[in-house]
Amino acid sequence: MPAIRVQNLSKEYVIGGRPRAHETFREMLADAFLSPYRRYRRLGGDASREERFFALKDVSFEIAPGEVVGIIGRNGAGKSTLLKVLSGITEPTAGRVELTGRTSSLLEVGTGFHQDLTGRENIFLNGALLGMSQAEIREKFDDIVAFSEVEKFLDTPVKHYSSGMYVRLAFAVAAHLEPEILIVDEVLAVGDAKFQQKCLGKMEDAARSGRTVLLVSHNMTAVRSLCSRAIWLDSGSIVMDGDAGAVSAAYLESNAKIALEQIWENPDTAPGNDRIRIHRVSIGPDGEGSTGGLSVATPLRLAFEFWNRAPSAQLNLSMVLYDIHNVCIFNSFSEPRPYPEGLVRGICHIPGNLLNDAKYRVRLLIVEDTSVPLVDLDSLAFFEIRETERPGKWYGKWVGVIRPRLEWETECLSPIGK
Amino acid sequence: MLDLGELWRYRELLGVLVRRDLKVRYKQTVIGVAWVILRPLASMAIFTLVFGMLVRVPSDGYPYALFVFSALLPWTYFSGAVLLSGNSLVSSSGLVGKVSFPRLIIPVAAVAGGLVDLCISVAVLLAILPVFGVGWTMNLLAVPILALGIIMAALGVGTLFSALTVAYRDFGHLAGFALQIWMYLTPVVYPESLIPERWRFLLLANPMAALVEGFRAAFLGKPFDFGAIAVSLALSAAVFAAGVAYFGKVERRFADII
Repeated sequence: MPAIRVQNLSKEYVIGGRPRAHETFREMLADAFLSPYRRYRRLGGDASREERFFALKDVSFEIAPGEVVGIIGRNGAGKSTLLKVLSGITEPTAGRVELTGRTSSLLEVGTGFHQDLTGRENIFLNGALLGMSQAEIREKFDDIVAFSEVEKFLDTPVKHYSSGMYVRLAFAVAAHLEPEILIVDEVLAVGDAKFQQKCLGKMEDAARSGRTVLLVSHNMTAVRSLCSRAIWLDSGSIVMDGDAGAVSAAYLESNAKIALEQIWENPDTAPGNDRIRIHRVSIGPDGEGSTGGLSVATPLRLAFEFWNRAPSAQLNLSMVLYDIHNVCIFNSFSEPRPYPEGLVRGICHIPGNLLNDAKYRVRLLIVEDTSVPLVDLDSLAFFEIRETERPGKWYGKWVGVIRPRLEWETECLSPIGK
Repeated sequence: MLDLGELWRYRELLGVLVRRDLKVRYKQTVIGVAWVILRPLASMAIFTLVFGMLVRVPSDGYPYALFVFSALLPWTYFSGAVLLSGNSLVSSSGLVGKVSFPRLIIPVAAVAGGLVDLCISVAVLLAILPVFGVGWTMNLLAVPILALGIIMAALGVGTLFSALTVAYRDFGHLAGFALQIWMYLTPVVYPESLIPERWRFLLLANPMAALVEGFRAAFLGKPFDFGAIAVSLALSAAVFAAGVAYFGKVERRFADII
């Protein structure tokens, strides 16, 4: 008998999360009097086609007891919706879900923590919310506290905790859940390296002790090391289901194929002005025949084509790169020189192992005589650098605005005892 | 529909949530739990000043302060419970969207939390009764039954409002003054006897009326109107059943629309 059986599961959402047409009671009343039938249909969730979308579409799979399965896919692929339906938080629109065994789900670390309560009080509150009995929490209390490393602040309200302490305490409670089926959403992204290692250890224990674990992660390294099987979701449907190594490799491969290119065909309406118009922007991996995607290790090639109607001037392209927090990463520009009237292309090469895994925004200026910007396109293009496969046992977020691979020399200068 | 077994499995969570609310309510206050005693005494003083001394509302021959306090006890509990539970789901939207447990626990915890305040207020009233020369009578034995009726009414209206507020936030605004109107439709600051006898039957439509009058009769040692109380208890039970049934019908949608 499978621990989890999902049959033809679909979940449809009305866009905006709720029927927009009667957000206030007055509108509902008006609606009720004007068109009871329409209101009846809409309250029954029967909005028109354009107003709805499928977060999950005809998903079926079975998971055997003791299996550890990773759910992977891009943002918005339906992973979290799947977990919400499996945990019984939201109802499927169609299809069936059967879970055999006591189930606990952890969709967010620290849900239900109350700022004004102490760490001790929050352990009991959070534990109860996650489905633990008070006796069970009392029994595991010391373990939870030891795991969280916040002994000294147990009787301090959690609002005075650092974010690290907060997360550690919250995860510590969750880590001591002992359900038969554990459902976990992307919780490995928290805490420092040492703590992550501990959390992974806990998850491995859970897997080894025969528990069924279903976890969502963006972290392929973690999925490969923890899970035996992976399910890849995209746009609400299963793309691939099978061995974790094979599925995650296929998923990474598919990401790599997304080429970033934008073309403006009409020189009268393209971004720019009467003197300069942008024709094409493309961002991709650098090098001949390169099929790999934009990972941290990939050298990048950013090509900008523009129509030049300022033939006499000395022009240079100036590119400024920002991250999503609007932190400027760098500014780089081409050699100033005159170009004839017509289509001009400038290419910027960014070496591999320089940018971190993050989303970036490209601002492009075309400057006349190294001092007068002719155009300044603030958000010309966006791209995302993905995590690369990396050695070692740490799966956390690599800190830093950039992530250069630098040369290190290490040697032992004098061994102890000589 | 409502899964009672599931509800029973999570009974501890109810206790935990009630304790959380109680702890949080008086954290970072200087006089702490004393507020529980001060609040009803303060409203007693205000109502006594306005209705007893200025407007001179009749009070069936009892000191107005006692007269109003004994009715304010159940009313304050009721309106507080309805307001708190009405907003309870929306204010715990994080839980509703991320954790799976019987949603009914949230508004029920809000209604249950007020019971502690009610008990303390009852103790305060019992203590001041002799001060005004009113003795304790066997009528006091009816208080738990009357309280049960009020709890059922509060649960019914509270769960109904909480479910409606999830979909239509209007009810969050509506609840406040609906309760104010309701209070004046209930003989809290005036005696039932102020209403002409031939219209008094209309009060039967309001379960709070006979229950509040019943509280007053219990504390002041007046005779009970058993018929009206029985009707109101039945009505409260119906309100409770209706509220919980509606809640059970719509709770599956909460996570999607909250």
